[in-house]
Amino acid sequence: MTPASTDARLRAAQAKKIREFVTPEGVDLELRIASASLRLGGLVIDLALIVVALILFTIAMLWAGFASRSTIMLSIWMLGGFVLRNFWFIGFELGQRAATPGKRLMGIRVVARDGGRLTADAVVARNLIRELELFLPLTMLSVSAAEDMASAWTVLFGLGWALTLSLFPLFNRDRMRMGDLIAGTWVVMAQRRKLDRDMASGEAAHRIAFSDAELAVYGIFELQELERVLRTADAKQMREVADTIRGKIGRPVAEEDDVFLTSYYRQLKTRLERKLLFGKRREDKYASD
Amino acid sequence: MDATLPTSETPAFSTARFRAEREADWVAFDALLTRLEKRGAKALSSDELLQLPLLYRATLSSLSIARATSLDKALLDHLEALSIRGYFLIYGVRESRLDRLKRFFLHDWPAAVRGLWKETLIVALILILGVATSWLLVAHDPEWYFHFIPEELSGGRDPRASVEFLRSTIGHGKAPDGEDGMLHVFATYLFTHNSRVSIMAFALGFAFGVPTMILEYYQGLSLGAMLAVFSAKGLGVEFGGWLFIHGTTELFAATLAGAAGLKIGTAVVFPGARGRLEAAAAAGRTAGKVMVGAIIMLLAAGILEGFGRQLITDTPVRYAIGTLMLLFWLGYYYLPRRSTAP
Repeated sequence: MTPASTDARLRAAQAKKIREFVTPEGVDLELRIASASLRLGGLVIDLALIVVALILFTIAMLWAGFASRSTIMLSIWMLGGFVLRNFWFIGFELGQRAATPGKRLMGIRVVARDGGRLTADAVVARNLIRELELFLPLTMLSVSAAEDMASAWTVLFGLGWALTLSLFPLFNRDRMRMGDLIAGTWVVMAQRRKLDRDMASGEAAHRIAFSDAELAVYGIFELQELERVLRTADAKQMREVADTIRGKIGRPVAEEDDVFLTSYYRQLKTRLERKLLFGKRREDKYASD
Repeated sequence: MDATLPTSETPAFSTARFRAEREADWVAFDALLTRLEKRGAKALSSDELLQLPLLYRATLSSLSIARATSLDKALLDHLEALSIRGYFLIYGVRESRLDRLKRFFLHDWPAAVRGLWKETLIVALILILGVATSWLLVAHDPEWYFHFIPEELSGGRDPRASVEFLRSTIGHGKAPDGEDGMLHVFATYLFTHNSRVSIMAFALGFAFGVPTMILEYYQGLSLGAMLAVFSAKGLGVEFGGWLFIHGTTELFAATLAGAAGLKIGTAVVFPGARGRLEAAAAAGRTAGKVMVGAIIMLLAAGILEGFGRQLITDTPVRYAIGTLMLLFWLGYYYLPRRSTAP
């Protein structure tokens, strides 16, 4: 396999996660489907938070129960547990950001598949199914383990059931859970990116002029990698990248790495953007110039 | 081409100039969105609210231009994330929470239940079929009872029990253990337990509705078996009252939950003119509304069962309350009304 085809495959895999999502203004927002690992991470965080909340709530109710010597706290405790378990997800997903704390930490959110707004009934439907996907197999396993009547078949059936349902997202392109399927929703990336400074503006200490032939060796992919390296500003990494570029275009080590890289970045960017304006997009160094 | 061209002259359009011109708009839009997310629409003045769609459109247009001209990845990512955030905030919420709640109770809930009338009828028939099956079997041969209700769950309420014992279990004569102080605990337990069963009946619906129907039939079976035991001892009317006071609400809710599950199942099997996914999504939304309603009904049933049934031991009053509740639900759901919804 050539490096060129590897690059192309990587890009195709990323493009597969992008869904067209055209706003009424006619701009495609290109939503990205959240990966299964991010979803799982969000779920684990949410479950951990629910358990912590449940423990705190139990302690508070125990304390209140002993202090007031009434059994009403027992009812409140049972109701609270029920609400926490069933409405943690629903409550948070109904909010402005359509995400539970776990999802927010992972930078993902729920959206309606048809591009309309996310309605309360869809949120309810997708989360009530969770009872079946997650809580039922869990309780089944824990009950049968606790009562020691776990025949191998019960455990096996429970496990099979849990696996079929919980691995369901892995078997469709859109990473939909059963609940997503029924509610007509998607979970997509919704990360916040802060506006970083423009690497192409600002004063340049020494301007090094590169010839067109020296700039013609790289494409957009390399340009954006270079941008990432410059933004991270790690001396060792910059030295490595600068040496690679110097070797490629045959220049001696004459300047500081950051000065060299910044100059090269700016001129490469100007060159590629100019080509872009004329409708020529050179994806990477393997593409023809 | 001139070798020194990029450095020697500035092109007429440059991404640096584009950014310098538009950046203020993005920063302002970002700040407005952050305040909107944190404190809602009240946090913005009317001027700022008018600005919001303008800034949103400016950001979207910037995104289009940047995609076509800029190769600055950080800039592109920022604009994309900002546009997505803005889109969902601006097109997301059109009503206040109070309005949404009002619309749910006045229109959405009964309309969703009405939309499920066919499924409701089918599930009700299955439930009745279950009752009839076990009633006939147990009335014919009491040994059948133990097939329907496991011995450890029946608490002695089986065909071998004495009339006095059976009477005491339905709240006539001596109270079981004088646990009056624990009524609310009992009510809460019933509510959470029944809600779980109903959620399950709903959630199982996607498997073509078959498990839902089995679950409903099973519920009917245990009910019918109990009914047969009590009526064999001449306690049928009293048992009916014991059941009726909350049962009309609870069984209605269970039926609706089953109907919601069945709706999804049928939508998956018979999607009609739409795609299977689309049909399932549409059915899921109707069913979601019905489920919220069913949980509210179960809360009412839990209160009736936990408090009402234990405190009211007069059979006619029990029947009266049960009938009233049934009429209330039927009227709320099915009485024709002017459509006020958009």
